[in-house]
Formats: sequence, C-alpha cells, structure tokens
Amino acid sequence: MIKLLPQLINLFATLILLLSFAMISQRRIVSLINLFMMQGVALVAASFLLGYITNQPDLYVSGALTLLLKVIFIPWMLHRLIRQLKVRWDVESLLNIPTTMMVGIGLVIFSFSLALPVSRLSHSIAGGSLGIALACVLLSFMMMITRSKAVPQVIGFLSMENGLIFAATTVTNGMPMIVEFGIALDVLVGVLILGVFMFQIREKFDSLDIHNLEALKED
Amino acid sequence: MNWLGAFSQLLALLTALVLAPLLTGWVNQWRARLQNKSAPGLLQPYRMLHKLFHKDSVMAEHASPLYRTAPYLIFGCMLLASAIVPTLSTDLPLSPAADGIALVGLFALARVFISLAAMDVGTAFGTLGARREMLVGFLAEPALLMVLFCASMITRSTSLTEIVETLARRELAIYPSLLLAGVAFTMVSLAENARVPVDNPDTHLELTMIHESLILEYSARHLALLEWAASLKLFVYSCVGLAIFFPWGVAEAHAPLALLLALPVLVFKLAVGGFLMAVIETVSAKMRIFRVPEFLGTAFLMAVIGLLVNVLLGVG
Amino acid sequence: MPSLTQATTWVHLDWVLLVIAMWLLIGLIGIVALRRFRFVAVVLFPTGAFVSLVLLGVALSAAFAEPEVAVLPLGLPQLPFHLRLDSLSAFFLMLIGGVSAGVSTFAAGYFRQGEGTPPGLICLEYHVFLASIAMVVIADDAYMFMVVWETMAFSSFFLVMANHRIPEIRQAGYLYMLVAHIGALGILMCFGLLQANTGDYTFANMRQQHLTPFWGSIAFVLSVFGFGAKAGLLPLHIWLPEAHPAAPSPFSALMSGVMLKIALYGILRVSFDLMQTRIWWWGVLLMAIGLATALFGVVFSTVQVEMKRLLAYSSIENIGLICAGIGLSLLFSSYGMKSLSALALTAAMYHMISHAFFKSLLFCSTGAVMHATGERSLGKLGGLIRNMPWVAWSTLVGALACAGLPPFGGFVAEWLLLQSFLFTTGLPSSFLDMLVPVMAALIALIAALSGYTMVKYFGVIFLGQQREEKLAKAHDAGLWERLGMVWLVTGCLVLGLFPNQVIAFMDPVTQKLVGAGLAHTVADSGWLLVPVSIERASYAPAIFLLGILISFGFVFLLVRKLYHGRLRRVPPWDCGYPWQTPRMQDTAEGFGQPIRQIFDPFFRIRRHLPTAFDENPSYKITVEDPLWYWLYLPLASLVERISRIIGRLQQGRIAVYLMYSFVTLIVVLLAVNR
Repeated sequence: MIKLLPQLINLFATLILLLSFAMISQRRIVSLINLFMMQGVALVAASFLLGYITNQPDLYVSGALTLLLKVIFIPWMLHRLIRQLKVRWDVESLLNIPTTMMVGIGLVIFSFSLALPVSRLSHSIAGGSLGIALACVLLSFMMMITRSKAVPQVIGFLSMENGLIFAATTVTNGMPMIVEFGIALDVLVGVLILGVFMFQIREKFDSLDIHNLEALKED
Repeated sequence: MNWLGAFSQLLALLTALVLAPLLTGWVNQWRARLQNKSAPGLLQPYRMLHKLFHKDSVMAEHASPLYRTAPYLIFGCMLLASAIVPTLSTDLPLSPAADGIALVGLFALARVFISLAAMDVGTAFGTLGARREMLVGFLAEPALLMVLFCASMITRSTSLTEIVETLARRELAIYPSLLLAGVAFTMVSLAENARVPVDNPDTHLELTMIHESLILEYSARHLALLEWAASLKLFVYSCVGLAIFFPWGVAEAHAPLALLLALPVLVFKLAVGGFLMAVIETVSAKMRIFRVPEFLGTAFLMAVIGLLVNVLLGVG
Repeated sequence: MPSLTQATTWVHLDWVLLVIAMWLLIGLIGIVALRRFRFVAVVLFPTGAFVSLVLLGVALSAAFAEPEVAVLPLGLPQLPFHLRLDSLSAFFLMLIGGVSAGVSTFAAGYFRQGEGTPPGLICLEYHVFLASIAMVVIADDAYMFMVVWETMAFSSFFLVMANHRIPEIRQAGYLYMLVAHIGALGILMCFGLLQANTGDYTFANMRQQHLTPFWGSIAFVLSVFGFGAKAGLLPLHIWLPEAHPAAPSPFSALMSGVMLKIALYGILRVSFDLMQTRIWWWGVLLMAIGLATALFGVVFSTVQVEMKRLLAYSSIENIGLICAGIGLSLLFSSYGMKSLSALALTAAMYHMISHAFFKSLLFCSTGAVMHATGERSLGKLGGLIRNMPWVAWSTLVGALACAGLPPFGGFVAEWLLLQSFLFTTGLPSSFLDMLVPVMAALIALIAALSGYTMVKYFGVIFLGQQREEKLAKAHDAGLWERLGMVWLVTGCLVLGLFPNQVIAFMDPVTQKLVGAGLAHTVADSGWLLVPVSIERASYAPAIFLLGILISFGFVFLLVRKLYHGRLRRVPPWDCGYPWQTPRMQDTAEGFGQPIRQIFDPFFRIRRHLPTAFDENPSYKITVEDPLWYWLYLPLASLVERISRIIGRLQQGRIAVYLMYSFVTLIVVLLAVNR
C-alpha cells in the first residue's frame, strides 16, 4: 500500500494535465469553471498526500488554502459573475481546436524534455511531475493567448497559477508560507479586480470580446 | 499445441459468438430503463437474428459480387478477432498469429469492406455512410493503436496475451499513462461501435446515421451476419479494454481450472462495462457530425500524451 | 565466353550485363520497326518482359553471393565504367526485374494506334530507360553513375512526353526535366564532396575517405536534396503530380514503382555505404522530411478528383514513409544500436518492394480504365466492376495493399516499422525518446488516411452506379493486360503471405549496411513473423487469410444448410423518391470533403459558389498545392528578375561586344604581368 502513494501522486499529476487539456478544448464556459474546480481538487489531493508522505504540515496548510480559494471561493464567484454577465456559451478561439491541440502536444513535448534532467536532480519523491507542472503552465498560458473572451482568459491565468503551485509542491515540497499567503492574496485580489474589469468592458462595448479592446489604441 | 489450448480456443470462440448478442441486449435494456422506456427482452437480439435468417434476401439489381460476399468477409474478420483476443484464457494457439497492431489492421479491413459494400449500390445514403465511416475510422484507428502502444510500452510487448499476463501478474500499481489511455479508449470505443455521442444506433433519420446507413440496403441473412458482426465488434472491443485495464481473472496456460472461474468473471466484468456504456449513452447528446473529428482527435492526442507521460515518469 | 569480370566462369554481373544489352538490342530493333505497331506490341515488349524475369532470377541468386566488380572499357579514356554488384544492388535489381516484367506484359496489350509518338520509338525509350535504371544500381563510380542517371532522366522525359501534342503534357515534361536537373546538380556536388580532394571518383575510393562532421553533413544534406528531388520529397515534389498523370499508364507505373525507389537507393548508397560517419541528427532530419512529405501526400491524395493525380500523391506519401524508415534506421545506427537499425531498414525495404508492386498495379489499372472509357476524371466513372471484372478485382488487391491492410504486403511493412518505433525507449537522448512515439502516432494517422484514399479510389471508379451512359460500353482488359496485372497481383500476395522468405533475401543487405540482420530470428519461428522475440510480437499472415477464408466458407455453408439461400433482385431503396439518378451518388469531391474541412490550412482552395442571382448556378472547387504559390512562383520570378538584369549585357551594338573583349584582354594582360 505504501508503494502506491507515490504512484497516486503521479496519477493526480496526470489528472491535472488531463484537465488542462480538457480546458483547452472546452467550448462552454460553465464546463470550463467546473473543470478548473476539479483541477483544484486534484491539486489539493496531491498536496495533502505529499504532506502525509513527507510529514510536512506546511503542505496541509497549503492544500487547505488552495481548497478554500481555488475550489470553493473563486469558482463560486466566477459562476455568479457569468450569471450576471449572461455569458454561458460558445467560446470563440483564435485557432481552431485541432490546431490548438497540436500546439498543446508540442508544448508538452517541450516541457517534458526540459524537465527530465531537472527532475533527476530533485530530492522530492514526486520530482518526476515537474514536466507535467511546466506543461500545465504553458498550456494555460496558451489558453490565455488563444481565447478571445474575457472569462476564459481569467481562468487560464488561474490555471497557470495552479500549475506553478503544483511545480513548487512537487519539486521542493512547497514554498515558504509567506510566499504562499502572498500569492494567494494576489490571486484573490486579481480575480476581484478582473471581475470589475469585465463589467466595465461589457458596459463600454456591449460584449466581452477582447478584440474590442483593440479599438482603444490611439491611431 | 495441446488439447487444452485447442479447447480454450474453441471455448473462447463459442463464448464470443453466444455472448455477443447478449451483451448488445444487455446494453439496450439498460439504456431503455435509464431513459424510462420499457425495455426489450434480454434475448431479443437472438430472436431478431433468427427472424432475419429465415427471410428471403432482397438485393439491388446491380449489386456486385463484392456486395454479396462482404457480410461473410466482415463476419469472418470479427470471428478471427474474437479468436485472438484473450477473453477467457491467454492460452490461445491462434493468438501468435496477430498481435495488437494486426488486430487494429483486422478492424480496418472490416471497416474498408463495409464501406466498399455500402458504396456498391450507388445510392446517396450508402456513399454518405461510407464517407462518414471512413472519417470516423481514420481518427479512431490511430487512437486505438496509440492506446495499445501505451500498454505495450509498459509491458514491452504488443502481443495481447503477453500484455494480459504481464499486467495481471504484476503487483497492483497505478499507471497514469493507462488512465489517459483509458479515457481515450472509452472515446474510441464509443465511436467505433456506433454509440451516442458519435452515432445513434436507434436512429431512423438517414442524415444522422453512420453505421445504420452502411447496412441500409442489406436484408435477411446478410443483415443478420452484419448485425452479429457488429455485436461481436462491441464484444471484442470490451474484451480488449478489459484485457488492458482490468486483466485479472483471465486463465493462464498453466492453470486449466482457472477457466471455470474465468467465465463468470468475464460475464461480471462485461455486465458492469455494458451498464457503464448505457449510462454514458444516456447522459450524452449525439454530436453533430463535424464535431466528431474533434472528439476523436482529442482521444488521439490524449493517447499520445499518455505515451509521453510514460516516457517522462519512467514507470508508466 | 570470357566474362567481363576477369573470373573464369560467368558470374551474376555478366548475366546482368547481358540483360542490359538485350534490352538495348530490343530498343534498337524497335527503331528499325518504327511504325510496325503489332510487331512492337506483341513481340518486342513480351521479350522485354521475359528478359526482366531473367533479371529477377539472377538477382535472387545474387543476393547471397559475394560482391562482384568489373571495369567496362566504355566512357572516357581515363575514366572507364566501374561496376559492382553487391547485395544492395541485387535487392534493387530484384525490384526492377519483378515489377518491369509485369509492366512490360501490360504494356504489350496497352498500346493502341495513333498516340503521338511512333511505337518503335516508345519501345526504344522504354528499354533504354530500363537499361539505365539497371545500370544505376550497379554503378561503382561517380562518373558512370551520373551518365546513366542522366540517361534515365532523359529517357523518362521522352516517355512522359509520349503524347507531346497536348500542351499540358509538354508543360509537365518541362517541369519534370527542370527539377530532375536541379537534383542532379545536388548529387554531383555531393559526389564532389565525397571524393575529398583525392581526384579519384570511384566509390571504392569514397568508402576509404573519412569526412569531418561538417563536410559530411553538407554532403548528406546535398544527397538528400539531390536524390530527394528525384524521389519527390517535400518541397521538391512539385513535378510528381504533373508528370505521372501526363505519361502513359505503363510508364507512370514504372516511374512510380521503380524510378522513385532508385532515388532512395541513392540515399541508401550514400549514407550507409559511402559515408563512414553517421551523426544522429541526419536520421532525425530524414525522418522529419519523410513524415512531412507523407502527411502532405496523403492529405492531398484524399481530395483529388483525377485518377492518376490521386495515385501520384499517394506515391509521394509512400516515399515519405519509406524515408522515415530509413531515417529511423540511420538514427539507430548512429547510436550503435545495430539490430534495431536492421529492423527499421528491413521495414523500409519491405515497404519499397511492396509499394513497387501495388503502385504499378494501380497505375496499370488506370490505364485499362482509361482505354475502356476514355475518362480520367473520377466524376465521370463508376460501376465498372460489372463490365471489367478482371481489372476490378486486381485493383481491389492493389488498393487493399496500398491501404496497408492485412494480409497484404503493405501491412507487413507498416507492422515492422511500427515495431521498430516501439523499441525506441532505449535512445540516449530524452528529447528523441519522446519525439519518436509522436512520430509513430503520425505514421498511424497517415496509414489510416491512406485507407480513406483507397476506399475513395476503388469505390468511386468501380462501385456504385455508372455516372455516364457511355460507361455501359466499357470492355474488360485484353489478354496481355490481364497477364501483366495477374503477375503484379501475385507479387502483392507473395509479399503479404510469405514475409519470412522475403526477409531472408533482405538479410544480406542489412548485414552489409548496418551490421545486423533479422534472418536468424525470423527463420527460427517457422510460419510466424517474429522480428525480435515471440513474447514481444508476432504475426502470421497465412493464418490470417486462412482464418478469414475458412470462416467465410463455414458460415456460408452453415447458413445455407440451416436456413436457405434464396435471393430476389429489386431496384435499390429510394426512400420514397423515385427519380434517383446515378448523379446522386457521392462525387469524388464529396468523398474528400471531410478531409478538406479538417486539413483546410494545408490547401489553397478556390471556390466558386452559386449566388441567388445566377441564371445557371454552379459550384466549383479547385484544390491546389500551396507550395507552388509560396515557393516556386516567387523563385521563378526571382530568377526571371536576375536574368533580366544580366540580360542587359546583351546590348545589340557591335561596339559594346568588342569592348567586352577589349576589357577582358586588358585584365588578362594585367593579371599575367603580376
């Protein structure tokens, strides 16, 4: 049974990667938020498990923080936001979905090949997942670039942050607590401000399409 | 080749032939029950086959010999497939004849023949169905191949019996690449067996058919053989999935008595699998045809990522 | 009779030279009987086919023999022709002999009166072509190689232009010649590098040289460029879809089946035999180019609407796959993994020989269809299986082999290639370790798409209803054509059902090139094809075929016994709409539409859509090759601009020309003075 635990962490890592890919190929915004919530759950589970194996209570705290923010509060807020903004459906993207997936595969290969030598140096038990974490970060970044509505971009930003926390957790068994709290606060404030922004954009342009912001440049 | 091997081979073949329509009937029953309809009997597929064999075959005037022989060829392909997949036992004398890649090739052969037969009559429905079937196939086949490769990379073999034996004997381990491969395999299996969300097996609208329009012109014994072949395909797919992801309970060469246990275990696993398939069919809506390549492309890419994760994590 | 190789008895090389001489003789007799159409068709071509069979026999026996060398006193005084027959040459001679036997027999029945060039001249060009191809594979020095290479290019150019009265065919021939010569330049420069300043252009000398990695890489890239131009690798493929449809069908068959492989022979000879260094990224480069070519070829072949263009693009795809196999073999070899390298090389060679057989078969069938119906466009064919059963069933075998389906030869090649990709977790570089499964995925995708193409090809031409009324008068192929096609069908079947024996013939080649071979593992397992070990993977095509046929027969008889076999014929079901026409079937454009939609960025599509205001609404869609517009047209205009600038030198006034000579004289005097 004990030998299964590191494999479970690998399993959660793969789940996180799977969910990142699912988020790229998802069209409906409600499903996007739910997938993001599931990614948060997987991250929480991985943190708790790693904390149990390595006996570090810091990881429990980090996991609890992620649970509070990423699984409960932020998805609730996003759901409320989209209900008020009345966007639920049909996210347009810059590239079509098959091309996005192909680029995604390229990014995965890139991050895997970068991460292999680093993960061999790592002393953590889950060091092999660095590549997966890096891949998640890059995939979420790509999601931010290719989506043209505001809400998926916000989710991409949050998912990127998920990936970073996962990277920190697996390679170095968590970051110093101050840093964790700081990041959590930043994310919270960021989402609140972005929510306000979205209302403003909607009011000015009557739509949440990011392309409308290009009209703001001086020419 | 010893007597036990020949016996288990024959038993596997007969089990496949007998259980395949039962599996289809089970899935249909649960689908009806979950959708609050009154279910057909569990043995309804058998009655339908019997009825069809009795009828006179009605064929288009200009149908060619290819059209007439295609059902037999397709049925033969599916029989061979059920003979090489380790359903009850890994002691199958015929299984070295084809490994996983050859199994995928066998499915491709059956698919090509049914598409050609559908194009033979030359009506709009047949050619439409042929085109769609090849579209589904061109993405589903590589995805299935990649799923098999995930399993092969872990077990260092592409032979299905070898995969089953290796995975069943190893101590319980969680392979993340198999998780990805499992999701991909489910998606491919839904597509290839003409299930919702890719194709509705109950539909009567020609524009939404894929599998149904291929067999639209067939009747009587040819239709019976094609329906039986479709049930066999579902059976074989389920057994391949069980072999890769839940290989325990399959008898091995040195344990003949395990064959007695293997049959109830197989029935139980198939029952659970059929129920889950009915659930998936009930909660999904059928996709538009041009979304099908995206769906299957996702399955394909997921299987590829499974391969990459295997390389990355080193253990699979 | 004294042999040319200074041995005391006749050796295989002498037989090969005899075959070449016979072909040249047949060609010359054709010139004498210039317009005697029946004589050429019924006597000369079948004799050529018999000579090909002799070549096949010689090559089979030469595969296991020691290499033989000879020097022919032809050529320049200081540069005689060096010849060498080793196992690699023997393999390619097998390919040439086997395929040309079938194609020559087919050609005997193919020719009709009144096609642009007189039949005697075609006979000469054809046999010179065959002779020069055979000489390419036994050439042992660069000079002879280039001479016979150019002869091959020229004779095939004339064959492509056989119907030279049609302007499109002339354009296609010109483009072909242009790209062939660009390639020849590349090959020439490569040989120049390989001789490493020693002045001795024989291959024996080149084998001794050890180039630095830098110059070796340049030589390798030049050879890929030069031979790739002839093989049709991206982006030098542009001549293939024009030249193959333009040539008459037997020559398209030879070009596609044999000539493209000779280009790959060049790559094999240079990278495995002549160069001693092997660097890993050469293999990766070749794999990348090969896979890009294959994907490009197969996607384009799915959307074609003309028979021979579809097959031409399909040839591009197969060449790309073979190149990927060769690249993988080179990659393994550069890391010293000999047995895996042998596996990949065997897969590539198997694919070469299967492709030669099934592609020639398919091109021959297009020839038969064109003669019977006069149509080459897929939109005007259909339902020909009823009128032309021999052609249809032979084409079915060819199409199934091309789609890579068991139990034919194409599947064995793909199976071996996929097996070799699966072993790659032993590679030292992690990046390569990850890249290779992705490439395996691409190969699986390409193979599935080629199945799509073949269903389209066979289904639209031979199945369904006849789209034009004149198709009802189509007649089946004649005796010679049938014989030729049956021979090629037999070849496909043998390659599919007896892989162990075929691999035994390839073993000496892989032993020589990479130092390992599959024969001993394969030979141990009897009727199973086992490349590495039986636990790893195995495949038995004979069991496959037997299993399907036995169950076919069994079920057929059982159903008849238990129930009955009654049949009624009725019109097809029409869904209540009685005015169905054959035009309501899927067109070729329609069948390719899903692929066109998915791979839209690959193409350059021009659409003409009907509007509400058209009096005669029509829908037209043309799919073109984007590389033509992105690469070739800009290059052509650049060349034109440069030549216009240089053209200003031509002033037309005599005073200016005299001044050129005057200035040159002054410059030379100054230079000599120093």
